[in-house]
Amino acid sequence: MITQGLGYAPEAVMSPSEVNKITPLRAWWEAYIPPAFITLILLAANWRFGILEAGPFGGTSKVPWGTISSIVTAMLTEMLLGALVVGRIPHLASAYISGISVGILIRSPFFWTFPLCAAVSIVSKYALRLGGKHIWNPSNFGVSALLFLYPAVFTGLSLQWGSEYAPMVIIWILGFIITWRVGRFHMSLTYALSFVFFAFVRHLINGQSFYTEVAPITGPMYMLFTFFMVTDPKTTVKPRWAQYVFVFSVAAMECLLRMNEAVKAPYYALFIVGPMANVLEYLLKSKKPRTA
Amino acid sequence: MRQNRIAQLLSFILLVVLLAVPAFIKRLSGSPSQPAGSGIDSAAAAKARYGFQLHDVAKAVGIDFVHQSPHLDSKLDHIMPQIASMGAAVSVVDFDRDGWPDLFVINSGEGSKNRLYRNQHDGTFKDMAAEMGLADLNQVGTGVCMGAVWADFDNSGYESVLIYKWGRPELFHNDAGKGFTRVTEKAGLPKWINANNAIWLDFDGDGKVDLLIAGYWPDNLDLWHLKDSRIMCESFEYANNGGGKYLLHNNGDGTFTDVTEKMGIKSKRWTLAAAAADLHGTGRPDIFFANDYGISELFMNENGHHFTEVGESTGVGARPKSGMSASFGDVLNQGKLAIYKTNISEEGVLIQGNDLWLPDANSDSVPLHYTDLGTAMGINIGGWSWGAQFGDLNNDGWLDLFCTNGYVSLDRNASYWYDFSKIAGANTAVISDAANWPPMKGRSLSGYQQKKLWINDGAGKFSEVSQAIGATDLLDGRAVVMVDLWNRGALDLVVANQNGPLKVYKNEVDPKNEWITFELEGTQSNRSAIGAQVRVFWNGFQQLQEVSGGSGFAAQNDRRLHFGLGKEAKIEKVEIRWPSGVKQILNAPQLNKINVIKEPQQ
Repeated sequence: MITQGLGYAPEAVMSPSEVNKITPLRAWWEAYIPPAFITLILLAANWRFGILEAGPFGGTSKVPWGTISSIVTAMLTEMLLGALVVGRIPHLASAYISGISVGILIRSPFFWTFPLCAAVSIVSKYALRLGGKHIWNPSNFGVSALLFLYPAVFTGLSLQWGSEYAPMVIIWILGFIITWRVGRFHMSLTYALSFVFFAFVRHLINGQSFYTEVAPITGPMYMLFTFFMVTDPKTTVKPRWAQYVFVFSVAAMECLLRMNEAVKAPYYALFIVGPMANVLEYLLKSKKPRTA
Repeated sequence: MRQNRIAQLLSFILLVVLLAVPAFIKRLSGSPSQPAGSGIDSAAAAKARYGFQLHDVAKAVGIDFVHQSPHLDSKLDHIMPQIASMGAAVSVVDFDRDGWPDLFVINSGEGSKNRLYRNQHDGTFKDMAAEMGLADLNQVGTGVCMGAVWADFDNSGYESVLIYKWGRPELFHNDAGKGFTRVTEKAGLPKWINANNAIWLDFDGDGKVDLLIAGYWPDNLDLWHLKDSRIMCESFEYANNGGGKYLLHNNGDGTFTDVTEKMGIKSKRWTLAAAAADLHGTGRPDIFFANDYGISELFMNENGHHFTEVGESTGVGARPKSGMSASFGDVLNQGKLAIYKTNISEEGVLIQGNDLWLPDANSDSVPLHYTDLGTAMGINIGGWSWGAQFGDLNNDGWLDLFCTNGYVSLDRNASYWYDFSKIAGANTAVISDAANWPPMKGRSLSGYQQKKLWINDGAGKFSEVSQAIGATDLLDGRAVVMVDLWNRGALDLVVANQNGPLKVYKNEVDPKNEWITFELEGTQSNRSAIGAQVRVFWNGFQQLQEVSGGSGFAAQNDRRLHFGLGKEAKIEKVEIRWPSGVKQILNAPQLNKINVIKEPQQ
């Protein structure tokens, strides 16, 4: 299956023989599943719950200008840097997802924060590279860096789906179906189960209600994180077994950060673990003797 | 390869530049943490620059009140500091009609006493609450006081008082300024409302002020005797399981009739503040609810016959926040009232920003629509904001804004925010049970926050000057009122702090700026003139103010309307629109005086 929509190169998740079997129609269809899914979530959630920041026009309508600006900025930045750095304009599905993710995850009363965060995310792809690939998930880098550097201006999405069960369950199911289609289900599920496991550990340690500890993963921020950020094939390791270890490590790091009361723990956990895993993989590959 | 490396290096430089952009923007526009007055180190310099200076004079004028919080059912012990965190309230009234404003200050601990500070005309105040029968209203079993609003509901010439509680609301009739008689049962008030606000308004223009009490906690809760701990909001965004709303029509014989449903007010949101004003020129007051855990609501008055909720279509209810306070002000001197609603902002966690809803240019027509200009005008970031009020503190002709902040100040070095964020992101079953809320264990939640005092530059921007001007306390502010306590032509500030002392900030204003004040008395309209609008036209400007029956959070300003006019003011005319519909023009009111105006007979 093709996973270009998530910014995948097909060879990242399948063998060359599998890649060759893909028909153009199937490639096109599967490339657009993730962007279509995230857009659907966005529109439904905004229409029903008004989860998006409105941007410069004061939140008087449900038109998410902040998110729209971040999408446009991400795609324009990708086109510009792609042309200048790589010499070609890359497929824009990845930039679209980065832009829309940033537009959902960032909360700020200042409109300029949305395009800025999108630009930072995309530029990081081209600026922070090792062995020809970027080592941070772009939107994770943008959101984490700006949350950390400017907490008075930026904050992250912390709202719920109106605290209702139905939309939460529907999106979890749809999300898992989509990640299964694009070959990342094992990562999403492992991360979700790891989170629940560590929530239970924290509950045992701090004596607080297990429900309270596990509650954050029921919100939209975690859904985006679980389905789109932590599964990004370009910034995670390649071997399947290592991917299990990787997402479990992200959840473990998040637990550590949570034990130290970091409110935005998941972003920072991926920010720390993601490049560590990539650097490690790069070093291990470099040490391997080349075969003739 | 070399070209790629150069491109990557350039990308890296671009990344660094982009990451520095917020710092540049902060530097250019002034950081929220470095307010305009932070570089001014003397009171005289601040006064010279901003035209006024505040001094805390509470003790000097005989006010030594310290608020006490209630202690509710033990099922809430682990989160008691945040649950029992309201009740510090203050309202302004001239209860004995001697021409000098008095202060009624609410206490909320079980058995604690309210204070009625009578203005002694010599710069001091004397507590008369016990003597007048308004002190001992926190008796066990009756709930505890949360605030009070005053109005002459029987047009007797003296202001009576409605005291709203987490418990049984109480109405006291003013007996010609010599004492108060409890008339709760006769009036037919609801038996129990867990309310944090009430307002007087004459919604049908019949010349008798009606009463609106908006509940916060569900009405069926006795917070001292809970059956279980499942009492909290069902959502942090769209909670609709809060207290009932009670619109009580004044029958004119000392009784009130509940017309809430008949008039179309069907909200069960967690209302922390209600305010009423005529927002689209119909002559009848519209009602705005600032709701915690949800969207705001705006009820448009259909000529006194019905209210229609238009929050979403007008924009003010488009997105959920944590509404705490509601106040109105003509911030741009356009003759139109903007709505200011406070919310929650905490660095790195939650930045809702306070809202300033300005009516769009065509707001005299229907449909009315608002745009939030809080960010653009620089008055969005407060803190965990509570009460806010508009008033011209330096008499320069532009309304300024004071905003209280701070929720729970306990251990300075330990924050509850992380645990709070977990529960805020949970689902209904988790949120609604207080047992799931992590224990506070002495930690602060947005504690020790500065007040915000924004002065209006008249060009669409406000500057934060609280520290330079002298409003420097870090108490957990709740209610604030603006009142010319000593009839000097300067708006003083009185701030009620949760578990803290009442602050009285005396305003030393630059005397070069001129002012005018109107004290209105209705004849055909309700005698308190609540709902009367005054437009002052001077030096090519105009400013609109409306007599209020309660605004902000748990507060009621002086009913007298104070207008700053700047230097060398020449008043062109003053238009008064009385709630009865009578229009009155004043061509030569006295500058730098309190003008007492009686509604003309027509």
